[in-house]
Amino acid sequence: MTRLELQNLNKVYSPQSIPVKNLSLSVEEGEFLTLLGPSGCGKSTILRLIAGLESPTAGQIRIGDREVSKLRAGDRNIAMVFQSYALYPHMTVYENIASGLKLRKMPAREIQQRVTEVSWVLGLEEFLQRKPGQLSGGQRQRVAVGRALVRRPDVFLLDEPLSNLDALLRERVRAELKQLFESQRSPVVYVTHDQTEAMTLSTKVAVLSNGFLQQLDSPQQIYNYPINQFVASFVGSPQMNLIPVVCQGQYALLGTSKIPLPAMTMIPPQVILGIRPEQVRLASEGQPTTVQGQVFLVENLGMHNLLSVRVAGSPGETSAAPIMLRALLPADQPWRESVSLVLPPEAIHWFDGQTGGRLGDGSS
Amino acid sequence: MISSKPTTQRSFEGWILVIPALLLLALVFAYPIARAFWLSLFTENLGTRLQPVFAGLGNFGRMAGDGRFWQSLQNTGVFTLLSVTLEMLLGTTIALVLNQSFRGRGALRAIVLLPWALPTAVMALAWTWIFNDQYGVLNDVLLRLGLVHSSINWLGEPSLAMLSLVVADVWKTTPFISIILLAGLQSISPDLYEAHAIDGASPWQSFRKITLPLLMPQILIALVFRFAQAFGLFDLVQVMTGGGPGGSTETVSLYIYATIMRYLDFGYGAALVVVTFSLLVTVVSLAARLLRKSANLLLSDE
Repeated sequence: MTRLELQNLNKVYSPQSIPVKNLSLSVEEGEFLTLLGPSGCGKSTILRLIAGLESPTAGQIRIGDREVSKLRAGDRNIAMVFQSYALYPHMTVYENIASGLKLRKMPAREIQQRVTEVSWVLGLEEFLQRKPGQLSGGQRQRVAVGRALVRRPDVFLLDEPLSNLDALLRERVRAELKQLFESQRSPVVYVTHDQTEAMTLSTKVAVLSNGFLQQLDSPQQIYNYPINQFVASFVGSPQMNLIPVVCQGQYALLGTSKIPLPAMTMIPPQVILGIRPEQVRLASEGQPTTVQGQVFLVENLGMHNLLSVRVAGSPGETSAAPIMLRALLPADQPWRESVSLVLPPEAIHWFDGQTGGRLGDGSS
Repeated sequence: MISSKPTTQRSFEGWILVIPALLLLALVFAYPIARAFWLSLFTENLGTRLQPVFAGLGNFGRMAGDGRFWQSLQNTGVFTLLSVTLEMLLGTTIALVLNQSFRGRGALRAIVLLPWALPTAVMALAWTWIFNDQYGVLNDVLLRLGLVHSSINWLGEPSLAMLSLVVADVWKTTPFISIILLAGLQSISPDLYEAHAIDGASPWQSFRKITLPLLMPQILIALVFRFAQAFGLFDLVQVMTGGGPGGSTETVSLYIYATIMRYLDFGYGAALVVVTFSLLVTVVSLAARLLRKSANLLLSDE
């Protein structure tokens, strides 16, 4: 059984530049882990450490029961798909896919058999004798995936493999990738800054920021229970509303409405209320906890309208930076300039304004 | 609208526009080449009082039996083979080193190019002094290190003289090759090496399977340039040995120069030029075909 495990991994370039800080995580057989984060969060460095393209300053990398962090990249039995695909331009598609097997001195017949099999799965049979330069972007991407698949490695690494494709193609290839990797058992580590890819492909997502692991969980958990303000703001589109609120006793004041705070031993001095735009609803007549406001911007997203609402009765209403709430409504739902919004209590997330940590849930 | 004009008129305009360039080319290339071919069919020397007398292919027959010509051709061949081989090997090594990242790389790249920037005659003079049998720094160093017991007459012995020329030429033109190859190396994406390493390749395998094939266009360009230059070598030999000792370093260009300018044998000189020219054109066009092939290897017909 293969399993990838990182133990207290660190990578230090200089005291100012530490892309990986004390990272520990594991990817089990059959799992698909996505490293998600903004550019510069260290996700690519982690991938390169696992691949053996860089060596860790401290910590261990285990594949199965082997400690591989001192091994050469070629001896780790991993395969990687590069963002640029890194296809060998002077070799045919066949030679590109076969390269790793040839270098490992596999018998020619077995190479032939494996390449044929992989090219059939990926629909590359008719391109085997072409050079990468004669292929379209999507075809090149498939060759890059084929070069990894044919190796049957212990671990798959994918570095933003979809970012060079146009939007439509990306969606299709994403679905293909999902199918492809679900049909095999080796752990997969996938790097992306695109949360849609992370949500759709993964069984587990690691959200990273500034070299630190923020949250490691299933996509559902990450979406429903972001562990801190960073994860809340990074995952989800349109972005979650994150509004600093004033607290009064057991209530937070938002505009003219009082919203009950979750049970906490101590209320921190600054509290942030978070709610996803898709969970904000229009109020029907006579509903209690509503927020009044003026719509000042409507963005038509086709299936939905994204309303930006200036909250009435808040101290900053007339200032340059009023409190704003965004609501995602179905396209066929009518609204008026002046709206009442409902924030369902179960959809509200609370964060500590200073530490960014999640409040409530009995955790603090 | 311009595009509505008849095609014949358009192509007529086109011809008018290229005529000045064609005239210039005809004047500086086509005419001298044609003239040399024409002249090679005549005997025109002091024996004919410098009057052209038609000789057919007589000059070429004379060439077949001309030992000095064959000697000079062999000298040129040996020099070209030795110097270009050494320059390619050294140039590739230097380019690979300069392609690594280290402190002071920019400065080193500039310094490496310096020998190439010097005029050949100047650096040839300097090398003549280095190789001087009595006052030369090379002999001095060898004597002090105890590697030799008496001064070596570098430029006075036939094979040593050829070796000295090769050394001087390698010193001067290796940078040229390094820079061309370095440009080629920098166009190879580092991702390819990383992908190849993950595929299980050793650095030597990556060099053979990635670097060499992808560098082939630059290698061929460097070879063509160096071949043409080495084959026409004149100034370096003229300054360092004057073709001596005993004609052992006389190159074809030196021999042609002597035939025409010293012996005033214009017809035979032209015949020599025709043969050398044809050899050079054959090799260069072969290389150009290879170059196109290797370029096709990479570029698609998208």
